Amino acid sequence: MDLNRRELLWLAAIGMAGVPAVAYATAPEPPDPIGFTGTDPVALLGTTSDPETLTIEAVADTLIPGEKRFESDVAIAGAARGAGAVQAGAMEFMRFHGTGVGAVLPVFATAVNSAAVSYAAQHGVVPDPTLPPFVGFDYHHRKAMLDGLLNTGNGEEQLIWFALAGLVFLAYHTAGYLSTAEAVRQGHPGLKAIGFPEPDRDGLWRFPTFSYRRKLAKPHPGTTKTGQPA
Amino acid sequence: MSGPIETTDVLVIGSGPGGAIPAYRLAAAGAKVVILERGPWLETREFTHDLRIDTYTRIIDYITGNGVSVVAGNCVGGSSVVYFAGALRAPTFVFDRRDTAGDRIWPKDVTRSALDPWYDLVEETLPVAQQTWDDVPYPGGVWAAACHNAGHTCNPVPVAVDLAECTNCNWMLNGCRFGAKRSMLLNYLPAAVAHGAEIRPLHEVQSISRALTTGYRYAVDYMTVDEGDYRVSDGGGRIEAKIVVVAAGAMATPVLLQRSSPFLGNLPSAVGRYFSPNGDRVSMALMDERKVHSVLGLERKPGVAYDAFPIGKPIGSMTYDFLDGARRAGERYGLQQIYFPTITNILPEATPGGDWFGPAKKHLTDRWRSWLTILAMCEDGNEGTFGSPPPTGAFIRADSAAAVTTLSYQPTNATLRAWASSDAAVKKIIEKDGVGEHLGWTATRNYLSAHPLSSCRIGDDAATSACEPSHQLRGHPGLYVTDGSSVPTSLCVNPSLTIAALAERASRSIVKQAGALGVRVNTGQTPPPGSGSLRRPR
Repeated sequence: MDLNRRELLWLAAIGMAGVPAVAYATAPEPPDPIGFTGTDPVALLGTTSDPETLTIEAVADTLIPGEKRFESDVAIAGAARGAGAVQAGAMEFMRFHGTGVGAVLPVFATAVNSAAVSYAAQHGVVPDPTLPPFVGFDYHHRKAMLDGLLNTGNGEEQLIWFALAGLVFLAYHTAGYLSTAEAVRQGHPGLKAIGFPEPDRDGLWRFPTFSYRRKLAKPHPGTTKTGQPA
Repeated sequence: MSGPIETTDVLVIGSGPGGAIPAYRLAAAGAKVVILERGPWLETREFTHDLRIDTYTRIIDYITGNGVSVVAGNCVGGSSVVYFAGALRAPTFVFDRRDTAGDRIWPKDVTRSALDPWYDLVEETLPVAQQTWDDVPYPGGVWAAACHNAGHTCNPVPVAVDLAECTNCNWMLNGCRFGAKRSMLLNYLPAAVAHGAEIRPLHEVQSISRALTTGYRYAVDYMTVDEGDYRVSDGGGRIEAKIVVVAAGAMATPVLLQRSSPFLGNLPSAVGRYFSPNGDRVSMALMDERKVHSVLGLERKPGVAYDAFPIGKPIGSMTYDFLDGARRAGERYGLQQIYFPTITNILPEATPGGDWFGPAKKHLTDRWRSWLTILAMCEDGNEGTFGSPPPTGAFIRADSAAAVTTLSYQPTNATLRAWASSDAAVKKIIEKDGVGEHLGWTATRNYLSAHPLSSCRIGDDAATSACEPSHQLRGHPGLYVTDGSSVPTSLCVNPSLTIAALAERASRSIVKQAGALGVRVNTGQTPPPGSGSLRRPR
């Protein structure tokens, strides 16, 4: 595996703790993702039952929560209404060639579950033994664990967890694995939720109406004749 | 490498304002100029309206250090291609700032009035436009109205934008697709090329050493980088020059000089020290649409007061009230309305002092169109220091746009107090009569800046400044630093106009010195660059 510096940092910081091999329930065929009616149903891709996908999806859902895709959805905790980061393509973004982190997702998943084992021991929590440890937590514990890693962790390790969180936010807030014009037109859940504006027909944005066109404050009395501060 | 070593009169490292301006002035004066640029060369029609991660990251670097993260341009034209075009003169008091020992930081000859003619020249050349209230987009209007409501003045911000061509698309970070933003691609660089300067993109300079060829002073070694993966080098070479202008940006210039230290010898101790992120402090407001209407009296269309965060030029309005030299040091700052693209949406906290992820944050982002982001540009203490240089380049490039630098920035208590003061001022304006709720950007402990400065600064004191007031690196005749790293302190406004004005001033000095450095030039006034467009050679 050809690792870059950032990936090496991840490996160094996270270590290679193992996750117990357990059997996971197979997810049924998911229905159409919430609010995303595009012809390329990218939000469906991340719903397999492998532990890596379940774990990363659970992390994404903790950061930007959404509602379950199907009744037996274990990755999504269902802590918020509407589509969350998973439906917005968090897995697809992380596996997108341009993002460049696909190779280390197994390491990330392992690290998350390793941290979950520690968290469970420290807090007397018994996660569902049929699931990867982090996925076996309810939303409260998932969030509390990520709070610890993201807000109180130290130095480089905290930056690494923050990088993972950043990818989740980029998936939801930028649809970073799709052309933005296409994503907006297809109703990408994140861009739709925040109200990202529609482009013109040529895929470019223009706002011919953009100003209140009113004087709304007095200028500073010391302003120079070219509008500069003195 | 075979054959004779390539030579030129002037070698310019970097093509942002700090490089493009001396390149033009020296080329127009008759010198043979070569510009080496680390990033790719994109033309106007190639700039995208796209947040797909492999688009904008071609021309932007996100550089993470210990305590600070910096966004910088990486393309021909440098940060002028990706900046938000606020074109402000630094206020008078900035040039009189003192260090903790009470000594003046800026050279005594560089004051606002001394720099004004150079500001004039740059404003005319870019050119800079004065926005009227008709040009200020909705977010700037809301900020202005909130300032007025709180008893403050507020000004439309001068911008380096052709207002007639601007579509108010709000994609400035991606480079201007409409050719309206007055980057170096539309003025100084085409003028430099018209006078014979040669631009070589994807050339990353690694070190500067002594030339071997008689009559030449410096040898510059570079690696060429793969256009598809900047981590991969596909060649390299050496060019010898009589004059070298280092303008690789405040995140790269000191690193390049540090790596060159064994070859050049006698490197000033201030190289790589005194870095400033311009005292940048971002916070935001969640505006109450109902009160924007009832208290501020705004309505952009029937029944809609604001709901327009993503609409318009990113920088609209700014209060100059706190840019008052009579205020105490640390309580002087510019408070500017500025849009941040959704790539930064991770950063805001959902409630004051609260979560930045989870259900509450999702609820906050559901109201994204009612956000208003405010940039405070404060006085900081130049606390940043670069560590030992990495093996190549300016930083370790982890991915196309993600990099790790050796820069460490730990703000002093004085800087923290300045930020607390600006936060309080913004909060007071935003929360007057409940028109909005003030929220911090707290997700990462790294401070975020798009304005890296001062890592190789000019000054009168050799102990605290790497360069002489002429921008010549101390002890190294013919080696100049003309980019943001040469700016001595934070500016309390966006720095691009000051960087450009200092580069114009330095260029005059370099042209005057060129004869003594063995370069035959016309030392008279060079013509104004005018406007043009830059075509990449096929």
